Amino acid sequence: MAKFQLNRRKFLTASSLGLSGLVLSGCDAFDSQLGLGDGLRSFLEGANDLTHATQRLLTGRDSLAHEFTEADIRQPMRPNGVTAPEDETYKSLLANDFADWRLEVSGLVEKPLSLSRDQLTAMPSRTQITRHDCVEGWSCIAKWTGTPLALVLDQAVVKPQARYVLFHCLDTIDRDLSGDIKYYESIDLVDARHPQTILAYGVNGKPLPVENGAPLRLRVERQLGYKMPKYVHKIELVDGFANFGGGRGGYWEDNGYDWYGGI
Amino acid sequence: MESIARAETDIPQTAPGKTGPVIYRHSRWTRLTHWLWAIALFFLLLSGLQIFNARPQLYVGQESGFAYNNTILQIGAENTDAGPRGFTEIFGKRFDTTGVLGWSGPAGQESAKAFPSWATIPSYYDLGTARVVHFFFAWTLSATLLLWLAASLINGHLRRDLAPRADDIRRLPRDIADHARLKFHHVREYNTLQKLAYGGVLFVALPLMVLTGLTMSPSMNTVLPFLPEVFGGRQTARTIHFGIMALLVLFFIVHMLMILAAGPINELRSIITGWYRTDPPSNDHPDERS
Repeated sequence: MAKFQLNRRKFLTASSLGLSGLVLSGCDAFDSQLGLGDGLRSFLEGANDLTHATQRLLTGRDSLAHEFTEADIRQPMRPNGVTAPEDETYKSLLANDFADWRLEVSGLVEKPLSLSRDQLTAMPSRTQITRHDCVEGWSCIAKWTGTPLALVLDQAVVKPQARYVLFHCLDTIDRDLSGDIKYYESIDLVDARHPQTILAYGVNGKPLPVENGAPLRLRVERQLGYKMPKYVHKIELVDGFANFGGGRGGYWEDNGYDWYGGI
Repeated sequence: MESIARAETDIPQTAPGKTGPVIYRHSRWTRLTHWLWAIALFFLLLSGLQIFNARPQLYVGQESGFAYNNTILQIGAENTDAGPRGFTEIFGKRFDTTGVLGWSGPAGQESAKAFPSWATIPSYYDLGTARVVHFFFAWTLSATLLLWLAASLINGHLRRDLAPRADDIRRLPRDIADHARLKFHHVREYNTLQKLAYGGVLFVALPLMVLTGLTMSPSMNTVLPFLPEVFGGRQTARTIHFGIMALLVLFFIVHMLMILAAGPINELRSIITGWYRTDPPSNDHPDERS
Protein backbone atom coordinates (compact mmCIF):
# COMPACT_ATOMS: atom_id res chain seq x y z
CA MET A 1 0.00 0.00 0.00
CA ALA A 2 2.83 2.38 0.89
CA LYS A 3 4.48 1.70 -2.44
CA PHE A 4 1.28 2.41 -4.26
CA GLN A 5 0.86 5.69 -2.38
CA LEU A 6 4.36 6.75 -3.39
CA ASN A 7 3.68 5.87 -7.00
CA ARG A 8 0.46 7.70 -6.93
CA ARG A 9 2.13 10.75 -5.47
CA LYS A 10 4.85 10.61 -8.11
CA PHE A 11 2.25 10.13 -10.79
CA LEU A 12 0.25 13.09 -9.55
CA THR A 13 3.28 15.34 -9.23
CA ALA A 14 4.51 14.44 -12.69
CA SER A 15 1.11 14.75 -14.28
CA SER A 16 0.29 18.04 -12.61
CA LEU A 17 3.66 19.47 -13.64
CA GLY A 18 3.09 18.20 -17.16
CA LEU A 19 -0.45 19.52 -17.19
CA SER A 20 0.50 22.98 -15.96
CA GLY A 21 3.26 23.13 -18.57
CA LEU A 22 0.78 22.13 -21.21
CA VAL A 23 -1.72 24.73 -20.01
CA LEU A 24 0.88 27.50 -19.95
CA SER A 25 2.27 26.75 -23.40
CA GLY A 26 -1.29 26.10 -24.54
CA CYS A 27 -2.28 29.61 -23.46
CA ASP A 28 0.51 31.16 -25.51
CA ALA A 29 -0.40 29.02 -28.50
CA PHE A 30 -4.05 29.95 -27.99
CA ASP A 31 -3.23 33.68 -27.79
CA SER A 32 -1.44 33.51 -31.13
CA GLN A 33 -4.47 31.89 -32.81
CA LEU A 34 -6.90 34.60 -31.76
CA GLY A 35 -5.87 37.45 -34.06
CA LEU A 36 -8.32 38.86 -36.60
CA GLY A 37 -8.50 36.52 -39.58
CA ASP A 38 -6.89 33.55 -37.80
CA GLY A 39 -8.62 30.24 -38.40
CA LEU A 40 -9.43 29.50 -34.77
CA ARG A 41 -10.81 32.99 -34.18
CA SER A 42 -12.95 32.85 -37.31
CA PHE A 43 -14.32 29.51 -36.13
CA LEU A 44 -15.16 30.89 -32.68
CA GLU A 45 -16.71 33.99 -34.28
CA GLY A 46 -19.25 31.67 -35.88
CA ALA A 47 -20.99 31.71 -32.49
CA ASN A 48 -21.57 35.46 -32.94
CA ASP A 49 -23.49 34.80 -36.16
CA LEU A 50 -25.56 32.27 -34.25
CA THR A 51 -26.21 34.88 -31.53
CA HIS A 52 -27.19 37.47 -34.14
CA ALA A 53 -29.55 35.11 -35.97
CA THR A 54 -31.10 33.82 -32.72
CA GLN A 55 -31.63 37.25 -31.21
CA ARG A 56 -33.13 38.58 -34.44
CA LEU A 57 -35.48 35.60 -34.52
CA LEU A 58 -36.51 36.15 -30.89
CA THR A 59 -36.77 39.94 -30.96
CA GLY A 60 -38.28 40.43 -34.39
CA ARG A 61 -38.03 43.83 -36.00
CA ASP A 62 -39.72 46.04 -33.47
CA SER A 63 -39.32 44.66 -29.91
CA LEU A 64 -38.84 47.69 -27.69
CA ALA A 65 -36.13 48.47 -25.17
CA HIS A 66 -37.46 49.21 -21.70
CA GLU A 67 -38.20 52.89 -21.18
CA PHE A 68 -37.56 54.21 -17.69
CA THR A 69 -39.15 57.09 -15.77
CA GLU A 70 -37.72 60.51 -14.89
CA ALA A 71 -37.09 59.18 -11.36
CA ASP A 72 -34.61 56.67 -12.80
CA ILE A 73 -32.36 59.45 -14.12
CA ARG A 74 -29.96 59.83 -11.20
CA GLN A 75 -26.87 61.26 -12.87
CA PRO A 76 -25.63 62.99 -16.03
CA MET A 77 -25.02 60.76 -19.06
CA ARG A 78 -21.52 59.34 -18.68
CA PRO A 79 -19.32 60.48 -21.59
CA ASN A 80 -17.09 57.83 -23.14
CA GLY A 81 -14.69 57.37 -26.05
CA VAL A 82 -13.77 60.70 -27.66
CA THR A 83 -15.24 63.45 -25.49
CA ALA A 84 -13.62 66.56 -27.01
CA PRO A 85 -12.75 66.17 -30.71
CA GLU A 86 -9.51 67.94 -31.63
CA ASP A 87 -10.36 68.01 -35.34
CA GLU A 88 -10.14 71.48 -36.90
CA THR A 89 -13.36 70.95 -38.87
CA TYR A 90 -15.20 70.01 -35.74
CA LYS A 91 -13.77 72.86 -33.70
CA SER A 92 -14.75 75.44 -36.31
CA LEU A 93 -18.27 74.02 -36.53
CA LEU A 94 -18.50 74.11 -32.74
CA ALA A 95 -17.21 77.72 -32.63
CA ASN A 96 -20.22 78.68 -34.74
CA ASP A 97 -22.61 76.60 -32.61
CA PHE A 98 -23.02 74.19 -35.55
CA ALA A 99 -24.81 76.78 -37.70
CA ASP A 100 -22.73 75.56 -40.66
CA TRP A 101 -23.07 71.88 -39.76
CA ARG A 102 -25.13 69.72 -42.11
CA LEU A 103 -26.25 66.12 -41.98
CA GLU A 104 -25.56 64.66 -45.40
CA VAL A 105 -27.64 61.66 -46.49
CA SER A 106 -26.23 59.99 -49.57
CA GLY A 107 -25.51 56.67 -51.25
CA LEU A 108 -28.35 54.40 -52.32
CA VAL A 109 -31.12 56.98 -51.97
CA GLU A 110 -33.38 58.63 -54.54
CA LYS A 111 -33.05 62.08 -52.99
CA PRO A 112 -29.74 62.88 -51.28
CA LEU A 113 -30.27 65.28 -48.38
CA SER A 114 -28.32 67.98 -46.64
CA LEU A 115 -30.12 68.87 -43.44
CA SER A 116 -29.32 71.68 -41.05
CA ARG A 117 -29.85 71.27 -37.33
CA ASP A 118 -32.97 73.44 -37.53
CA GLN A 119 -34.39 71.28 -40.29
CA LEU A 120 -33.77 68.16 -38.19
CA THR A 121 -35.29 69.59 -35.04
CA ALA A 122 -38.31 70.78 -37.02
CA MET A 123 -39.11 67.19 -37.92
CA PRO A 124 -41.28 65.07 -35.56
CA SER A 125 -39.20 64.04 -32.56
CA ARG A 126 -39.11 61.18 -30.12
CA THR A 127 -38.04 61.29 -26.47
CA GLN A 128 -37.13 58.13 -24.59
CA ILE A 129 -35.53 57.33 -21.24
CA THR A 130 -33.31 54.33 -21.82
CA ARG A 131 -30.35 52.50 -20.37
CA HIS A 132 -27.08 52.84 -22.24
CA ASP A 133 -25.00 49.65 -21.95
CA CYS A 134 -21.31 49.91 -22.68
CA VAL A 135 -19.45 46.88 -24.03
CA GLU A 136 -17.08 47.32 -21.10
CA GLY A 137 -19.85 46.46 -18.68
CA TRP A 138 -21.22 49.69 -17.24
CA SER A 139 -24.72 51.14 -17.73
CA CYS A 140 -26.18 54.64 -17.50
CA ILE A 141 -29.81 55.78 -17.78
CA ALA A 142 -30.58 59.00 -19.67
CA LYS A 143 -33.37 60.75 -21.56
CA TRP A 144 -32.72 61.10 -25.26
CA THR A 145 -34.52 63.37 -27.72
CA GLY A 146 -34.08 63.18 -31.45
CA THR A 147 -35.44 62.59 -34.93
CA PRO A 148 -36.42 59.01 -35.73
CA LEU A 149 -33.90 57.78 -38.29
CA ALA A 150 -36.76 56.16 -40.23
CA LEU A 151 -38.22 59.62 -40.99
CA VAL A 152 -34.91 60.83 -42.41
CA LEU A 153 -34.58 57.65 -44.48
CA ASP A 154 -38.13 58.07 -45.80
CA GLN A 155 -37.41 61.63 -46.78
CA ALA A 156 -34.33 60.50 -48.70
CA VAL A 157 -36.26 57.53 -50.21
CA VAL A 158 -34.01 54.50 -49.75
CA LYS A 159 -33.37 52.44 -52.88
CA PRO A 160 -34.44 48.78 -52.67
CA GLN A 161 -30.88 47.44 -52.96
CA ALA A 162 -29.71 49.29 -49.83
CA ARG A 163 -29.05 47.03 -46.83
CA TYR A 164 -26.95 49.02 -44.39
CA VAL A 165 -26.66 52.53 -43.05
CA LEU A 166 -23.11 53.82 -42.61
CA PHE A 167 -22.36 56.64 -40.21
CA HIS A 168 -19.41 58.95 -40.80
CA CYS A 169 -18.28 60.98 -37.81
CA LEU A 170 -16.25 64.13 -37.24
CA ASP A 171 -14.09 62.83 -34.39
CA THR A 172 -10.67 61.25 -34.84
CA ILE A 173 -10.59 58.07 -32.79
CA ASP A 174 -7.24 56.71 -33.95
CA ARG A 175 -4.30 57.28 -36.25
CA ASP A 176 -2.55 54.91 -38.60
CA LEU A 177 -0.02 55.19 -41.45
CA SER A 178 -2.63 56.58 -43.82
CA GLY A 179 -3.55 59.34 -41.38
CA ASP A 180 -6.41 60.13 -39.01
CA ILE A 181 -9.14 57.56 -38.57
CA LYS A 182 -12.48 59.13 -37.86
CA TYR A 183 -15.10 57.08 -36.03
CA TYR A 184 -17.40 55.10 -38.30
CA GLU A 185 -20.17 52.62 -37.69
CA SER A 186 -22.91 50.76 -39.49
CA ILE A 187 -26.28 49.20 -38.70
CA ASP A 188 -28.70 47.29 -40.89
CA LEU A 189 -32.03 48.64 -42.08
CA VAL A 190 -33.94 46.62 -39.49
CA ASP A 191 -32.29 48.55 -36.67
CA ALA A 192 -32.26 51.76 -38.71
CA ARG A 193 -36.06 51.63 -38.99
CA HIS A 194 -36.61 50.48 -35.39
CA PRO A 195 -39.07 52.85 -33.63
CA GLN A 196 -36.51 53.74 -30.93
CA THR A 197 -33.63 54.39 -33.31
CA ILE A 198 -33.20 58.15 -33.27
CA LEU A 199 -30.67 60.75 -34.31
CA ALA A 200 -30.40 62.40 -30.91
CA TYR A 201 -29.74 66.11 -30.49
CA GLY A 202 -30.81 66.34 -26.86
CA VAL A 203 -30.04 64.51 -23.63
CA ASN A 204 -31.77 64.87 -20.26
CA GLY A 205 -33.82 67.83 -21.51
CA LYS A 206 -30.82 69.86 -22.75
CA PRO A 207 -29.05 70.19 -26.09
CA LEU A 208 -26.55 67.38 -26.60
CA PRO A 209 -23.22 68.53 -25.08
CA VAL A 210 -19.89 68.03 -26.84
CA GLU A 211 -18.82 65.13 -24.60
CA ASN A 212 -21.96 63.18 -25.54
CA GLY A 213 -21.60 63.76 -29.29
CA ALA A 214 -22.89 67.25 -30.24
CA PRO A 215 -24.54 68.11 -32.46
CA LEU A 216 -25.91 64.67 -33.37
CA ARG A 217 -25.46 61.10 -32.23
CA LEU A 218 -27.21 57.84 -32.93
CA ARG A 219 -29.28 55.84 -30.44
CA VAL A 220 -29.75 52.12 -31.24
CA GLU A 221 -31.40 50.92 -28.08
CA ARG A 222 -31.14 47.16 -28.60
CA GLN A 223 -27.38 47.23 -28.98
CA LEU A 224 -24.27 48.26 -27.04
CA GLY A 225 -22.77 51.74 -26.91
CA TYR A 226 -20.13 51.26 -29.61
CA LYS A 227 -22.96 50.89 -32.15
CA MET A 228 -24.11 54.47 -31.41
CA PRO A 229 -21.66 56.85 -33.06
CA LYS A 230 -21.32 60.44 -31.84
CA TYR A 231 -20.50 63.60 -33.87
CA VAL A 232 -22.34 62.18 -36.90
CA HIS A 233 -22.22 64.31 -40.05
CA LYS A 234 -22.84 61.91 -42.90
CA ILE A 235 -25.18 58.99 -43.44
CA GLU A 236 -24.57 56.70 -46.38
CA LEU A 237 -26.90 53.97 -47.61
CA VAL A 238 -24.99 50.98 -48.98
CA ASP A 239 -25.55 47.38 -50.01
CA GLY A 240 -22.48 46.16 -48.08
CA PHE A 241 -19.58 47.50 -46.03
CA ALA A 242 -16.68 45.36 -47.31
CA ASN A 243 -14.99 48.44 -48.80
CA PHE A 244 -15.65 50.61 -45.78
CA GLY A 245 -12.79 51.03 -43.28
CA GLY A 246 -11.30 47.62 -42.53
CA GLY A 247 -14.36 45.87 -43.96
CA ARG A 248 -15.95 44.70 -40.69
CA GLY A 249 -18.48 47.52 -40.48
CA GLY A 250 -17.08 49.93 -37.91
CA TYR A 251 -14.04 51.27 -36.12
CA TRP A 252 -14.33 48.92 -33.14
CA GLU A 253 -15.39 46.05 -35.37
CA ASP A 254 -12.17 46.52 -37.35
CA ASN A 255 -10.41 46.21 -33.99
CA GLY A 256 -12.07 42.95 -33.04
CA TYR A 257 -15.57 43.70 -31.76
CA ASP A 258 -18.45 41.87 -33.34
CA TRP A 259 -20.56 43.79 -35.84
CA TYR A 260 -23.70 42.73 -34.00
CA GLY A 261 -23.69 44.42 -30.60
CA GLY A 262 -26.90 43.02 -29.13
CA ILE A 263 -25.11 41.13 -26.37
CA MET B 1 -26.80 -4.98 -19.56
CA GLU B 2 -23.64 -6.27 -21.13
CA SER B 3 -21.64 -3.75 -19.14
CA ILE B 4 -22.66 -5.20 -15.80
CA ALA B 5 -21.73 -8.67 -16.99
CA ARG B 6 -18.30 -7.38 -17.91
CA ALA B 7 -18.03 -5.79 -14.52
CA GLU B 8 -18.49 -9.09 -12.83
CA THR B 9 -15.84 -10.81 -14.88
CA ASP B 10 -13.47 -8.10 -13.66
CA ILE B 11 -13.74 -9.22 -10.08
CA PRO B 12 -11.10 -11.96 -10.14
CA GLN B 13 -8.48 -9.45 -11.27
CA THR B 14 -8.76 -7.54 -8.02
CA ALA B 15 -6.85 -8.30 -4.91
CA PRO B 16 -9.20 -10.44 -2.88
CA GLY B 17 -10.67 -8.77 0.12
CA LYS B 18 -9.21 -5.36 -0.75
CA THR B 19 -11.62 -4.03 -3.34
CA GLY B 20 -15.10 -4.68 -4.59
CA PRO B 21 -16.45 -5.13 -8.07
CA VAL B 22 -15.80 -2.70 -10.88
CA ILE B 23 -19.11 -1.29 -11.99
CA TYR B 24 -20.25 0.82 -14.93
CA ARG B 25 -21.08 4.04 -13.08
CA HIS B 26 -21.26 6.88 -15.60
CA SER B 27 -23.07 6.60 -18.91
CA ARG B 28 -21.42 7.96 -22.03
CA TRP B 29 -23.76 10.98 -21.89
CA THR B 30 -22.72 11.80 -18.34
CA ARG B 31 -19.03 11.50 -19.27
CA LEU B 32 -19.29 13.43 -22.53
CA THR B 33 -21.25 16.31 -21.00
CA HIS B 34 -18.96 16.38 -17.95
CA TRP B 35 -15.91 17.02 -20.12
CA LEU B 36 -17.71 19.47 -22.39
CA TRP B 37 -18.62 21.46 -19.29
CA ALA B 38 -15.08 21.24 -17.97
CA ILE B 39 -13.70 22.68 -21.22
CA ALA B 40 -16.45 25.29 -21.59
CA LEU B 41 -16.18 26.47 -17.98
CA PHE B 42 -12.40 26.73 -18.22
CA PHE B 43 -12.63 29.09 -21.20
CA LEU B 44 -15.67 30.93 -19.84
CA LEU B 45 -13.85 31.65 -16.59
CA LEU B 46 -10.65 32.95 -18.17
CA SER B 47 -12.37 34.97 -20.89
CA GLY B 48 -14.87 36.23 -18.31
CA LEU B 49 -12.11 37.55 -16.09
CA GLN B 50 -10.69 39.37 -19.13
CA ILE B 51 -14.13 40.91 -19.80
CA PHE B 52 -14.32 41.95 -16.14
CA ASN B 53 -10.93 43.65 -16.52
CA ALA B 54 -12.53 46.11 -18.96
CA ARG B 55 -14.67 47.41 -16.09
CA PRO B 56 -13.30 46.05 -12.82
CA GLN B 57 -16.22 47.28 -10.71
CA LEU B 58 -19.43 45.60 -9.62
CA TYR B 59 -22.57 47.61 -8.93
CA VAL B 60 -26.03 47.05 -7.49
CA GLY B 61 -29.03 48.36 -9.43
CA GLN B 62 -30.07 49.19 -12.99
CA GLU B 63 -27.04 51.29 -13.81
CA SER B 64 -23.50 52.07 -12.66
CA GLY B 65 -23.22 54.97 -10.26
CA PHE B 66 -20.83 57.67 -11.44
CA ALA B 67 -22.41 60.64 -9.66
CA TYR B 68 -23.38 58.43 -6.72
CA ASN B 69 -21.96 55.27 -5.21
CA ASN B 70 -23.50 51.84 -5.81
CA THR B 71 -20.20 50.03 -6.25
CA ILE B 72 -19.79 46.99 -4.00
CA LEU B 73 -16.55 45.61 -5.42
CA GLN B 74 -13.68 47.33 -7.12
CA ILE B 75 -10.24 46.18 -8.20
CA GLY B 76 -7.74 48.85 -9.14
CA ALA B 77 -4.28 50.33 -8.85
CA GLU B 78 -3.12 53.49 -7.12
CA ASN B 79 0.11 55.39 -6.70
CA THR B 80 1.49 55.37 -3.18
CA ASP B 81 4.73 56.53 -1.56
CA ALA B 82 5.92 52.94 -1.94
CA GLY B 83 5.15 52.95 -5.68
CA PRO B 84 2.07 51.62 -7.49
CA ARG B 85 -0.03 49.19 -5.48
CA GLY B 86 -2.96 47.00 -6.43
CA PHE B 87 -6.06 47.05 -4.29
CA THR B 88 -9.36 45.26 -3.97
CA GLU B 89 -12.23 47.05 -2.29
CA ILE B 90 -15.25 45.08 -1.10
CA PHE B 91 -18.16 46.95 0.48
CA GLY B 92 -15.88 49.91 1.09
CA LYS B 93 -13.20 47.82 2.81
CA ARG B 94 -9.87 48.08 1.01
CA PHE B 95 -7.25 45.33 0.83
CA ASP B 96 -3.76 45.50 -0.65
CA THR B 97 -3.65 42.83 -3.36
CA THR B 98 -0.49 43.91 -5.19
CA GLY B 99 0.99 41.13 -7.30
CA VAL B 100 -2.33 39.41 -7.96
CA LEU B 101 -5.26 41.82 -8.20
CA GLY B 102 -4.97 45.39 -9.49
CA TRP B 103 -1.25 45.56 -10.11
CA SER B 104 0.65 42.50 -11.38
CA GLY B 105 3.09 41.12 -13.91
CA PRO B 106 6.66 39.85 -14.12
CA ALA B 107 9.16 41.78 -11.96
CA GLY B 108 9.93 45.10 -13.61
CA GLN B 109 7.03 44.78 -16.06
CA GLU B 110 4.09 45.11 -13.70
CA SER B 111 1.04 46.91 -14.99
CA ALA B 112 -2.42 47.92 -13.88
CA LYS B 113 -4.93 45.18 -14.53
CA ALA B 114 -7.65 43.74 -12.31
CA PHE B 115 -7.01 40.03 -12.87
CA PRO B 116 -3.44 39.03 -13.75
CA SER B 117 -2.36 37.87 -17.22
CA TRP B 118 -2.12 34.23 -16.19
CA ALA B 119 -5.80 34.22 -15.24
CA THR B 120 -7.18 35.69 -18.46
CA ILE B 121 -7.76 34.77 -22.12
CA PRO B 122 -6.19 36.35 -24.05
CA SER B 123 -3.33 36.94 -21.62
CA TYR B 124 -2.99 40.53 -22.92
CA TYR B 125 -5.84 43.06 -22.66
CA ASP B 126 -8.30 42.42 -25.50
CA LEU B 127 -11.99 42.79 -24.69
CA GLY B 128 -13.20 42.03 -28.23
CA THR B 129 -11.39 38.69 -28.39
CA ALA B 130 -12.43 37.72 -24.86
CA ARG B 131 -16.06 38.30 -25.90
CA VAL B 132 -15.64 36.06 -28.95
CA VAL B 133 -14.26 33.25 -26.76
CA HIS B 134 -16.83 33.83 -24.01
CA PHE B 135 -19.88 33.71 -26.27
CA PHE B 136 -18.63 30.66 -28.17
CA PHE B 137 -18.32 28.71 -24.94
CA ALA B 138 -21.54 30.19 -23.56
CA TRP B 139 -23.31 28.48 -26.46
CA THR B 140 -21.30 25.29 -25.80
CA LEU B 141 -22.28 25.34 -22.13
CA SER B 142 -25.96 25.98 -22.81
CA ALA B 143 -26.18 23.31 -25.52
CA THR B 144 -24.41 20.83 -23.22
CA LEU B 145 -26.84 21.57 -20.40
CA LEU B 146 -29.78 20.83 -22.69
CA LEU B 147 -28.12 17.69 -24.05
CA TRP B 148 -27.39 16.47 -20.52
CA LEU B 149 -30.92 17.23 -19.34
CA ALA B 150 -32.48 15.33 -22.25
CA ALA B 151 -30.10 12.36 -21.93
CA SER B 152 -30.46 12.22 -18.16
CA LEU B 153 -34.24 12.25 -18.36
CA ILE B 154 -34.20 9.47 -20.93
CA ASN B 155 -31.52 7.22 -19.41
CA GLY B 156 -32.77 7.65 -15.86
CA HIS B 157 -29.64 9.40 -14.50
CA LEU B 158 -31.77 12.15 -12.99
CA ARG B 159 -34.32 9.90 -11.34
CA ARG B 160 -31.84 7.23 -10.26
CA ASP B 161 -28.81 9.27 -9.20
CA LEU B 162 -29.74 12.89 -8.57
CA ALA B 163 -33.37 13.01 -7.44
CA PRO B 164 -33.53 13.65 -3.70
CA ARG B 165 -35.02 10.87 -1.55
CA ALA B 166 -36.39 10.85 1.98
CA ASP B 167 -33.35 8.79 2.87
CA ASP B 168 -30.99 11.61 1.87
CA ILE B 169 -31.93 13.84 4.79
CA ARG B 170 -31.47 11.03 7.31
CA ARG B 171 -28.02 10.31 5.84
CA LEU B 172 -26.89 13.93 5.75
CA PRO B 173 -25.29 14.20 9.24
CA ARG B 174 -23.35 10.99 8.67
CA ASP B 175 -22.29 12.18 5.17
CA ILE B 176 -20.95 15.40 6.63
CA ALA B 177 -19.08 13.51 9.36
CA ASP B 178 -17.63 11.07 6.80
CA HIS B 179 -16.49 13.86 4.48
CA ALA B 180 -14.94 15.73 7.40
CA ARG B 181 -12.90 12.63 8.25
CA LEU B 182 -12.10 12.08 4.54
CA LYS B 183 -13.78 8.71 4.77
CA PHE B 184 -15.25 7.87 1.41
CA HIS B 185 -17.55 5.07 0.39
CA HIS B 186 -16.96 3.91 -3.14
CA VAL B 187 -20.44 2.92 -4.14
CA ARG B 188 -22.58 3.42 -7.18
CA GLU B 189 -24.88 6.02 -5.66
CA TYR B 190 -24.07 9.64 -4.98
CA ASN B 191 -24.18 10.53 -1.32
CA THR B 192 -26.33 13.39 -0.07
CA LEU B 193 -23.59 16.01 -0.24
CA GLN B 194 -22.72 14.95 -3.78
CA LYS B 195 -26.36 15.24 -4.81
CA LEU B 196 -26.52 18.71 -3.26
CA ALA B 197 -23.30 19.81 -4.94
CA TYR B 198 -23.99 18.40 -8.40
CA GLY B 199 -27.68 19.29 -8.31
CA GLY B 200 -26.81 22.78 -7.07
CA VAL B 201 -24.36 23.35 -9.90
CA LEU B 202 -26.53 21.86 -12.65
CA PHE B 203 -29.96 23.09 -11.61
CA VAL B 204 -29.15 26.34 -9.82
CA ALA B 205 -25.69 27.77 -10.55
CA LEU B 206 -25.38 27.09 -14.28
CA PRO B 207 -28.96 28.11 -15.18
CA LEU B 208 -28.48 31.28 -13.13
CA MET B 209 -25.24 31.92 -15.01
CA VAL B 210 -27.06 31.64 -18.34
CA LEU B 211 -29.96 33.82 -17.16
CA THR B 212 -27.82 36.58 -15.61
CA GLY B 213 -25.69 36.47 -18.77
CA LEU B 214 -28.77 36.97 -20.94
CA THR B 215 -29.91 39.78 -18.63
CA MET B 216 -26.82 41.75 -19.64
CA SER B 217 -27.83 41.62 -23.31
CA PRO B 218 -29.72 44.79 -24.31
CA SER B 219 -31.33 42.87 -27.15
CA MET B 220 -32.56 40.02 -24.91
CA ASN B 221 -33.96 42.64 -22.50
CA THR B 222 -36.46 43.60 -25.19
CA VAL B 223 -37.98 40.09 -25.32
CA LEU B 224 -37.38 39.04 -21.71
CA PRO B 225 -38.00 42.35 -19.90
CA PHE B 226 -38.76 40.51 -16.64
CA LEU B 227 -35.15 39.29 -16.39
CA PRO B 228 -33.59 42.59 -15.26
CA GLU B 229 -36.52 43.03 -12.88
CA VAL B 230 -36.11 39.58 -11.33
CA PHE B 231 -32.40 40.13 -10.75
CA GLY B 232 -32.76 43.71 -9.52
CA GLY B 233 -31.38 45.47 -12.60
CA ARG B 234 -28.78 44.82 -15.24
CA GLN B 235 -25.87 45.79 -13.02
CA THR B 236 -27.07 43.57 -10.17
CA ALA B 237 -27.35 40.72 -12.68
CA ARG B 238 -23.74 41.35 -13.67
CA THR B 239 -22.74 41.26 -10.00
CA ILE B 240 -24.63 37.97 -9.49
CA HIS B 241 -22.95 36.56 -12.62
CA PHE B 242 -19.59 37.34 -11.01
CA GLY B 243 -20.65 35.94 -7.62
CA ILE B 244 -21.77 32.62 -9.09
CA MET B 245 -18.47 32.47 -10.97
CA ALA B 246 -16.73 32.63 -7.59
CA LEU B 247 -19.00 29.86 -6.25
CA LEU B 248 -18.24 27.69 -9.28
CA VAL B 249 -14.52 28.19 -8.71
CA LEU B 250 -15.07 27.13 -5.09
CA PHE B 251 -17.00 24.08 -6.31
CA PHE B 252 -14.13 23.22 -8.64
CA ILE B 253 -11.56 23.43 -5.83
CA VAL B 254 -13.63 21.23 -3.50
CA HIS B 255 -14.37 18.86 -6.41
CA MET B 256 -10.62 18.44 -7.02
CA LEU B 257 -9.85 17.97 -3.32
CA MET B 258 -12.56 15.34 -2.98
CA ILE B 259 -11.25 13.47 -6.01
CA LEU B 260 -7.71 13.55 -4.67
CA ALA B 261 -8.92 12.35 -1.28
CA ALA B 262 -11.23 9.67 -2.62
CA GLY B 263 -8.63 8.14 -4.96
CA PRO B 264 -7.94 10.14 -8.12
CA ILE B 265 -7.17 7.23 -10.42
CA ASN B 266 -10.38 5.38 -9.72
CA GLU B 267 -12.41 8.61 -9.84
CA LEU B 268 -10.78 9.77 -13.07
CA ARG B 269 -11.22 6.36 -14.67
CA SER B 270 -14.92 6.40 -13.88
CA ILE B 271 -15.48 9.80 -15.53
CA ILE B 272 -13.35 8.85 -18.55
CA THR B 273 -14.28 5.21 -19.14
CA GLY B 274 -17.36 4.91 -16.95
CA TRP B 275 -15.89 2.04 -14.92
CA TYR B 276 -15.56 2.49 -11.19
CA ARG B 277 -14.06 0.21 -8.58
CA THR B 278 -16.37 -0.05 -5.61
CA ASP B 279 -15.64 -0.96 -2.03
CA PRO B 280 -15.89 -4.64 -1.16
CA PRO B 281 -19.27 -5.58 0.24
CA SER B 282 -18.94 -5.40 4.01
CA ASN B 283 -20.62 -4.14 7.14
CA ASP B 284 -18.39 -1.09 7.04
CA HIS B 285 -21.06 1.10 5.55
CA PRO B 286 -24.48 -0.27 6.35
CA ASP B 287 -26.07 2.82 4.79
CA GLU B 288 -25.16 1.68 1.34
CA ARG B 289 -28.21 1.40 -0.85
CA SER B 290 -28.30 -1.10 -3.61
